[in-house]
Amino acid sequence: METISCRSLRVNFGVTEVLRGINLEVPKGGWTTIVGPNGSGKTTLLRAIAGLQKSQGLIQINGHALGAYSRKEVAKQIAIVPQQPVIPHGMKVLDYVLLGRTSHLGFFETEKKSDIEKAHSALDELDVGFAESRTMGTLSGGEIQRVVVARALTQGSPVLLLDEPTTALDIGHQQEMLEAVDGLRQRRDLTVLATMHDLTLAGQYADSLILLERGEAVASGTPQEVLTEEQVTQHYGASIKVIDDGFGPIVTPVRRKTNLPE
Amino acid sequence: MRPSIQVNDSEKHEGPAKLKIWWLVVAILAAGTVVALGLILGPASLGVREVLVEMLDRLPYIDTDSGLSAREQAIVWEIRLPRVVLGLLVGSMLATAGASYQGVFRNPLADPYLLGVAAGAGFGATVAIVSGLGDGIGTFDAVPMLAFAGALIAVTLTYLVGFSAGRIDPVTSLVLAGVAVASFFTAVQTFVQQRDSETIRQVYFFVLGQLRTAGWDEVVLVSPYVGPCLLILLLLRRRLDVLGVGDEEAGSLGVDVRLVRLTAVLAASLGTAAVVAVSGLIGFVGIIVPHTIRLIFGFSYRVILPLTVLFGGAFLVGADLVARLTLEPAEIPIGVVTAFLGAPFFVIVLRTSRRL
Ligand SMILES: Nc1ncnc2c1ncn2[C@@H]1O[C@H](COP(=O)(O)OP(=O)(O)OP(=O)(O)O)[C@@H](O)[C@H]1O
Ligand SMILES: [Mg+2]
Repeated sequence: METISCRSLRVNFGVTEVLRGINLEVPKGGWTTIVGPNGSGKTTLLRAIAGLQKSQGLIQINGHALGAYSRKEVAKQIAIVPQQPVIPHGMKVLDYVLLGRTSHLGFFETEKKSDIEKAHSALDELDVGFAESRTMGTLSGGEIQRVVVARALTQGSPVLLLDEPTTALDIGHQQEMLEAVDGLRQRRDLTVLATMHDLTLAGQYADSLILLERGEAVASGTPQEVLTEEQVTQHYGASIKVIDDGFGPIVTPVRRKTNLPE
Repeated sequence: MRPSIQVNDSEKHEGPAKLKIWWLVVAILAAGTVVALGLILGPASLGVREVLVEMLDRLPYIDTDSGLSAREQAIVWEIRLPRVVLGLLVGSMLATAGASYQGVFRNPLADPYLLGVAAGAGFGATVAIVSGLGDGIGTFDAVPMLAFAGALIAVTLTYLVGFSAGRIDPVTSLVLAGVAVASFFTAVQTFVQQRDSETIRQVYFFVLGQLRTAGWDEVVLVSPYVGPCLLILLLLRRRLDVLGVGDEEAGSLGVDVRLVRLTAVLAASLGTAAVVAVSGLIGFVGIIVPHTIRLIFGFSYRVILPLTVLFGGAFLVGADLVARLTLEPAEIPIGVVTAFLGAPFFVIVLRTSRRL
């Protein structure tokens, strides 16, 4: 059974069509990453799947139409890390991460010990446990990004949508975060749908890639199938080289000699 | 694991935001103290002991004699106590409504009058005063009734306009609708008032706010609104924290944002309309109290709202004491006192705040 399934998904803002008939299947426990140039519709696609964006076509989560779920049920199924999260500056980091438990708490309930433990373990997993008593406004960009992911992990939903989760991270923390997510995916059988600009990392952590361009899926398949020199050059208008070291394609920018200063 | 720069690692971790018991105790003591002072102090000086014994005497199963004369007993029970209780209700409601608006609109400058409650109430009161109904229709006092009606009409208009504007986000459109409705009602009020300059003084006093009471009537009038409204807002305190991450993310966390916002705004507006009807437009409480609490005790509404209920009431009873006693037997309008004391106090807190 496909955990996430989209059939001819369309989104338009006024007359501009931003997604033009996307078909997508992410099996349970799989990791799919959407790549594509700026403005190609990656964020819009994730928001539509999370029920945050009106769309036409069919979206199914665990075999049920998205519209059949209430807000709270959607939150129990899907956790999303937005590309540009709203940061409440005065809020303590631990309180922020605990917001992830909202859908599990009854109206009169407050967080139980087990909720707090979940928050702590997510913070530790992402290497930001040291900041739990600080306020959000005092964190660095990369620390904020890790805390936001910690909130999504704390939500405990089987589907995880990550919109550019590593853009603010140094290379070590990028790997650490993706490893943490991958570890949880294997242990808890999570389904991950991410977007990423770093094509090398995208290929190393996903089992399948989708290349979007102007709202259409122009290529999809395994990292080796999607990350070819021709396709990346064509769709990104970039000058790159793809090296295969046996663990997945390494996509690296190259600067043509003629452009170099004397 | 790689070393990472850990600023302030020595800071002890204190768990999630929680209302500490001793904060509550302090708040209750503060409220208790001003209430006691409110009963004791006044033109007729009554002994501390006598007043306290008198209070005890009214408790079930306790029968003592305070030694107060019948007249003094009447002063305590029919004049001072209702006024103190009204002060608690009005202060709690205004401060809590302010805190809730600040959360719902994610705007630190939001106050309980944001959505036109004040302008509507001012208009209603002016109509009552100018038309000579100020002395009452039969047994009813027309000023609070029309003020309440005006406030409700204004807020309802704000919602209708704000929620029907589809182009911008609902928070901004509601606030802008409030601005438009408030200006409109202020204009109409000014017009009505200009036609009848003899009552300007009376209207002016309404606008400045007062806690003068005729006895328990006002308390009876507002309690059925203030009680449930405060309760609803207190129950929403965790949801208000979630709204801090914005509508979209709050939705993705499982909160029905529209429902929470509508409930909070309705409860805050209804409660405010009720207290404004009997106390006039007391300014400043709704902004100063929640922000002071925020600066001292932290930013979670789970902490702010319960403390705001208590300190809001205490602050207003205290301000009313100053209003009553400073120029005795004349009274300073309480709105003047709240601003005059509140503003410098707030500046001190701003400058010195270190979270407890
Ligand atoms: N609310 C909106 N109204 C109008 N246009 C929009 C709106 N939201 C997004 N768009 C447009 O839709 C297109 C796709 O946006 P989207 O955010 O999905 O791109 P993206 O692939 O995530 O880009 P990036 O890599 O820069 O994050 C863009 O051209 C954007 O300008
Ligand atoms: Mg994007």
